[in-house]
Amino acid sequence: MNPQVLTLILGRIGVAVVTLLIVSLIVFAATEMLPGDVVQILLGQAATPEAVAGLREAMNLDQPAFLRFLGWLGGLAQGDLGHSYANRMAVAELIGGRLVNTLKLAALTAAFSVPVALMLGIVTAIWRGSLFDRLVSSVVVAVISVPEFLVATLAVLIFAVWLGWLPALSFGGDTSSIWAVLRAYAMPVITLSFVVSAQMIRMTRAAVIETLKSPYVEMALLKGASRARIVLRHALPNAIGPIVNAMALSLSYLLGGVIIVETIFNYPGIAKLMVDAVATRDLPLIQGCAMIFCLGYLLLITIADVVAILANPRLRQ
Amino acid sequence: MAMTLSLRALSPRRLGWKVSPLGVLAACVIVFWAVIAVIGPWVAPHPPGEIVDYDFFGPLSAQFPLGTDYLGRDMLSRVLAGARYTVGISLAAVMLACTAGVVLGMTAAVIGGWTDTAISRVLDAVSSIPSKLFGLVVVAAIGSSIPVLIAVLAVVYTPGSYRFARALAVNVNTMDYVTVARARGERTGYLIRAEIMPNILGPVLADMGLRFVFIVLMLSGLSFLGLGVQPPNADWGSLVRENMGGLSFGAPAVLVPSLAIATLTISVNLLIDNLPTRIRDRSE
Repeated sequence: MNPQVLTLILGRIGVAVVTLLIVSLIVFAATEMLPGDVVQILLGQAATPEAVAGLREAMNLDQPAFLRFLGWLGGLAQGDLGHSYANRMAVAELIGGRLVNTLKLAALTAAFSVPVALMLGIVTAIWRGSLFDRLVSSVVVAVISVPEFLVATLAVLIFAVWLGWLPALSFGGDTSSIWAVLRAYAMPVITLSFVVSAQMIRMTRAAVIETLKSPYVEMALLKGASRARIVLRHALPNAIGPIVNAMALSLSYLLGGVIIVETIFNYPGIAKLMVDAVATRDLPLIQGCAMIFCLGYLLLITIADVVAILANPRLRQ
Repeated sequence: MAMTLSLRALSPRRLGWKVSPLGVLAACVIVFWAVIAVIGPWVAPHPPGEIVDYDFFGPLSAQFPLGTDYLGRDMLSRVLAGARYTVGISLAAVMLACTAGVVLGMTAAVIGGWTDTAISRVLDAVSSIPSKLFGLVVVAAIGSSIPVLIAVLAVVYTPGSYRFARALAVNVNTMDYVTVARARGERTGYLIRAEIMPNILGPVLADMGLRFVFIVLMLSGLSFLGLGVQPPNADWGSLVRENMGGLSFGAPAVLVPSLAIATLTISVNLLIDNLPTRIRDRSE
């Protein structure tokens, strides 16, 4: 790897770190806007002036917001996310197990949707304008333009209500057999895969079509290369950069989808934790979850950018 | 492949103003929902908040064409009344987002330099927060009301609109007639209003339609999570949330509002895809 590329990539990572700082400031500021006094709410009936002042000092709420932001940031860097208002447990502890659950869901979805989406994206690009392409593209546009919960609702109606193959909304702790675990994961994974694959197919298709338009593909066509050879030897190697870029970007749609899907299927992941925390206004917990989400999102976007830089020499100027 | 491509580029469809039947159909659906959003509460057969059926999650019937909800309220009336919230809030938010994005985008492109860098960096940071998450955090902090919803949706979708308008404006900015205008000493305001704006208007309007779809989806998502329009009022997303309990026995009350959202968003997408090329993208 030459030093110029290295500098570019380091620069991109630097931008990501700065963005993360700005994002943490936004998240902190947003949760600071809460009207009403947290201490009053926490103490409820027992809010005597002395108790309020004591708790305020104990929670460092008597310090200026900027100092508290720095303290919070310092804690974040050491993995200390503060304590939940609701039950005084460490936020890091609350998040830990839930994060693993969500990552499991995301990994299963990615393992399922990436190969399928790649194949469909490439095939529809090659047979552009065919009946198959028009069919897949229509389904893709339909899935992209409806809310995630409609996809989930239809999946439940089809697989649980009409066909009776899968349990509807319950996510029990039944782990007696692999089959039971698979059945429990099936519905959320199917829903998420649909949502993410739709984005992925669309972007992959666009990336391959873009490459197929290039002069060297026309040249290969003119010299009489077979269709398979044009696509596999000439177009695909050049489309890999944009395709990986598209994959990383579409996986970031998981973050939005996962919030809805975990809520519908009552899946014990971090998004459900966060939605519940919003209902009880548990600010430290909301801040912690929000930062983890933003971190994941930035990570995916940065990977997408770095891959784009590596794959396309023209971006290196 | 390349052959067919160049042929397509010369066909009258690419050059002209032809509108496809699909686009007309989509436009009809959009106009239908727009009219319902205005007159919805008056054409509803029953008052949307009133319990009219002793049975809950009722099936489709002559009296209740779209069934009844979890309390026995008429679904048709509730969907008609909900159109006002979904369409109204989304429309207000998309107007705000696109006005802010386009004005900032044109300003950044015309002035350039530090102004451009500063605006771009700040908006990049905003767009690196996942949109649903931003909605969750803000609504958790200041509570949900219609003005807050409109503001949140507008803030979330301003950066995208900005980036789109800026990319277009940068191209127009290098045109000779802009250089001439600048050379005869026109002010920035004039350049934006009279030279850049008319030349990016078509694509910007098409982009606004796409953003409207995103906003409808996000608003429905927020309402579905219970963070959007609050009871007793209900937009289509809230209607789905309320009736989620009927899902496991396939009640129409869950599906009907979802389908209402789908018809609206798919129609907008179809209309944009079938717009005459002249409007959608002037560079082609």
